[in-house]
Formats: sequence, C-alpha cells, structure tokens
Amino acid sequence: MTTILKRTYSYYFLLPAALIYIAIFLVPTLMSFFFSLTRWSLIEWKFIGLENFITFFEEPSLRIGFKNTLLYAVITCVLKVVLGLLLGVFLTSKIRTKGYLRSVIFFPTLVSTIAVGLAFSMMMHPTQGLINTTLAKLGIAGPDWLGNPDLALISVALVDVWKGVGFATVIYIAGILSIPEEYYEALQIDGGGALHKFWNIIVPLSRPATNSVIILSFIGGLRSFDLVWAMTKGGPGFSTDLIASIIYKQYQGGFYGLATAGNVILFLVVTLLAFPLYMYLNRKEAEL
Amino acid sequence: MNKGARSWGAEIAAVGMTVILFWIPFYFIIVNAMKNTKESSLLNLAWPSSIHLWDNIKQVVAARDYMLLRAFYNSTVLTVLSILVLVFICAMAGYVMQRRTDKATPWINFLVLSGLIIPPAIVPTIWVLESVGLFKTMTGLVLVEVALGFPFCVLLYKGFMSAIPREIDEAAIVDGCSGVTLFFRIILPLLQPVTATIIVTSSVGIFNDFTNPLYFFPGSKNATVQLTLYNFSSQYVTQWNLLFTNILLITLPPLLLFIFFNKKIVAGMTAGSVKG
Repeated sequence: MTTILKRTYSYYFLLPAALIYIAIFLVPTLMSFFFSLTRWSLIEWKFIGLENFITFFEEPSLRIGFKNTLLYAVITCVLKVVLGLLLGVFLTSKIRTKGYLRSVIFFPTLVSTIAVGLAFSMMMHPTQGLINTTLAKLGIAGPDWLGNPDLALISVALVDVWKGVGFATVIYIAGILSIPEEYYEALQIDGGGALHKFWNIIVPLSRPATNSVIILSFIGGLRSFDLVWAMTKGGPGFSTDLIASIIYKQYQGGFYGLATAGNVILFLVVTLLAFPLYMYLNRKEAEL
Repeated sequence: MNKGARSWGAEIAAVGMTVILFWIPFYFIIVNAMKNTKESSLLNLAWPSSIHLWDNIKQVVAARDYMLLRAFYNSTVLTVLSILVLVFICAMAGYVMQRRTDKATPWINFLVLSGLIIPPAIVPTIWVLESVGLFKTMTGLVLVEVALGFPFCVLLYKGFMSAIPREIDEAAIVDGCSGVTLFFRIILPLLQPVTATIIVTSSVGIFNDFTNPLYFFPGSKNATVQLTLYNFSSQYVTQWNLLFTNILLITLPPLLLFIFFNKKIVAGMTAGSVKG
C-alpha cells in the first residue's frame, strides 16, 4: 500500500513549485542574513559585522521608519477590525440594499493601490483638494492632510483603511453567517436586546474572523509600501517613511547592504510580533 | 419611531454614505479625465464645459513613444503567464500536500505558511535573479510573482482538496490510473471552482502589483501599467487631466473583471480567508 501511495502521491508533484519557491523566496531570505552584515555592490561584498544595523538605529531618518511602521500597522489594523465588524453586522442584517452595499464596499480592494494613492493625494490637496474645499463650504478650515508631518501618516493610514476595509468586511460577513441560528433563538427566549446580541453572541462567536482580520491587516500594515510611496514618498521630511520605503530608498542609493539590513529588521519585526500574535490568537480560538 | 422606519433610515443613511465615500471619488476621477488641462487644475467636481476625454486618451497613449501600449502588453503577458504557472504548480503541490502525510508534512506546511507572513528579501532576490541571468526579464518577474503567490494559492487548493473524497482516488487507482493520470484526468477538473477563484483574485493582484515590477523589472522598455502611472505622475504634475485619464484607463481591466465576477470574487474570498 505504501508503495502505491508513494507512486500516486509522489513528491515529484511538489517539485516545480518547490524549486521556484526555494530559489526565489527561501534562498534570498536566508542569504539576507549574511548580506545584511556586508557592504555590498551585488558583485562583491565586504564583511562589516553589525555596522549596517548600528547605522540603521543611529540615524534618526532611518529609525523613524521603525516607529512609523508599528504605528501604521496598529492604526490600520484597529480601524479595519472595528469598522469591518460593524459593517459586517450591518450587512448581514435584514436590509434590502445588501447586495449593492457589499459590492460597493468591496470594490476598492480591486483597484490599483497606486491609482487610489494618486487620486486621494489630489483630493487631499491643502487648498484646492476636494476634501478641504468641501470642508470650507461647511465653515471648517481643513488641515494640510499630507503636508503636515504630524498628520501625514494618519492620512495615508486612513486611505489604506478606505481601500482595505471591504476585505475585512467580507471576512466578517462569512464569520457572522456561520454562527448557528440557535444562539439567536436562545437569546430571544431569554429576552435579550440588540446590544446583547452584538456583545454576547456576534463578538465572541465571530472570533475566528477577528483573528483572520487582525493577522492579515497587521502583517499587511507592517509590510506596506506602495500606498505610502504613491502618496508621500515618505515625506514631508521622513514623517511617513516606513521600513519598506526606507529599504527602497537605500536600494535606490546603491546601499545594498543597508537595504538588506532593513529587510532583516522587517523580517525580525514581523517574526517577533506577528508569529506570537498568531499563536496567541489561535490558542484562544481553540479554548473557545 | 417604529422598527421598519428605523431600518429604512439606516439603509438610506448607508447608501448615502457610499455615495459620499465611494461614488464621489470615482466620479471625481471620471469627470476630471474628461476636462482640459485648465479646468482639471481646479480639481473640482464641476461638469466639463467641453468633453476632452478622447483627446486625453490619445495623448496619454501616445506619451513617451506609446509607452502605455507596451505597458498594457507587458502587464497582460505578466498576468497570464504567472496565473498559468501558478495554477498548475499550486494545484499539483496542494494535491500532494493534502493527500500525503509523513514526517516531512509539518515541515513543508511550516515553510509554506512562513511565505505568507515573512516579507521577501528584495536585494538578495535580485542577486539570485542576476546570477542566473533573469534580472530585468519577464521570466524573472513571472518567477517572482509565482514564488510570492504560491503560499496563498496552495492553501486554497489544499483546503479545497480536503473536500474531495479519497474514494475517488481509490476507484481510479483500482481502475489502473497512475499518479499523473489520476491528477490530470480526475483531480484537476474537480478543482475547477477553486481554480476560478484563484484566477480572478490573483490576476487582479498581479495586474495591480507595483512593488515587484518596480524592483525586478526596471527600465522604460519594461514598464508595466502600474509603473507608467507612477512615472507619469511626476511628468503630468501640471496636467492633471492626463493623470486622471491614465488612472481611468488602468482601472478599467479590474473594473470589468469586478462587474463580471463580482459574486464569485466575494464568495471565493470568504471561503478562502476563513478556512485558511
């Protein structure tokens, strides 16, 4: 039987995928640990120890990317969880425009990030932009969304949420629809209201959906690059630089060793934060 | 207020919100793509005094020696090739990974899962591609898209495979099917629903990808549509009508896909994301 199995489910089937994955993903990932310790021109390298990492954490312009990345990931993740849950609840209730609303909210997920970024950066123009001219008509002086260093990162994060909340909502819709009807019936017999339904049934029982949204949006936030690059290129100053945009800047400047050190830092941040988070959320799920 | 009226109120408010949050930005792009340079520089929602959409399209397409046409060609080739390779190798891998369990299984699963989480190491990838002569080539970029798309697609295939009963395999083996014929004649056709999901979601993802072409496919001859938009954004900084036209043109393919496969995309997304 085992020989039949080996012949039928042969590892040869894995070979094409494994070759590409190992050569283009795993090998570069492992090599990055070595090259991050070098001064590197793609052709030759010189071993310099931890100098790249020291540079990274000593230069304020590089270090800020570390802080921004964490902030960006937390803001986008929290907003996507909260809004996704609320929209998910709303779009699974008995409403007539459900089909339309689900489609419209999901649509931005499919539009190119660069297009979204450029369109929003024009709408966020401080004097002429659509957002501030509308606010002006209401008598509100709108801020310089992307020009104010204190605000720019949050503006970009909000656009990220605009684009990505549809995906979170879809996950929540699936999670909420899979809650067995009996729970709602039991609540009705006990005489619980809409708030009870939300806090005592939907929130705890859509836990798997929450975990998926947290993990996906947190990792997505830590890794994001294209939106910030389309909207601000890391500016004004370095106020919207993320680790990923710093990697690109160092790469452009020809500092390949430093860019790779940035990659290793991103790797460590994701591994040290996202993996434990993943384990923690999964354990909670199992206890439920 | 009675319950019916309140739910109506909530619905009307929700539809109103979608108009403000989703339709106005979209209308803003369309209306400005139809204007001349002077009117579009006002960045408002006013209807254009005369419609220049066709002129703008001609200008954007002709810009930089018809770069946009080349970019559309490159993006299409990239998307089609990557999806073809992805579907075949991921279906095969998912099939064996779901059916076969031995000592190596947890290791393989771990390696695939880590691909979903770990950010790719960019410059070392360039180094690998360069050393096999594939840097700045379409083949190289296809390999990158495939390698990075592989974990997600394999998980989808694996999840779907578990719903295909083993009895089917056994019946085929009794009838004398070997592994290869069993897979191509029997399993692959049964995987069709999940293949459709993968084709739709991955093609949007690859067509819209900006980061990988930026790193692995540089040079003006090589540009993909996302790169042209990005390059034009600095060139058209005073001609916003052309920038909006460009945005409109490159948003059309995903928009059409969305209109045709709307239900399927959303259904496929939910199936994949909750199981995985």
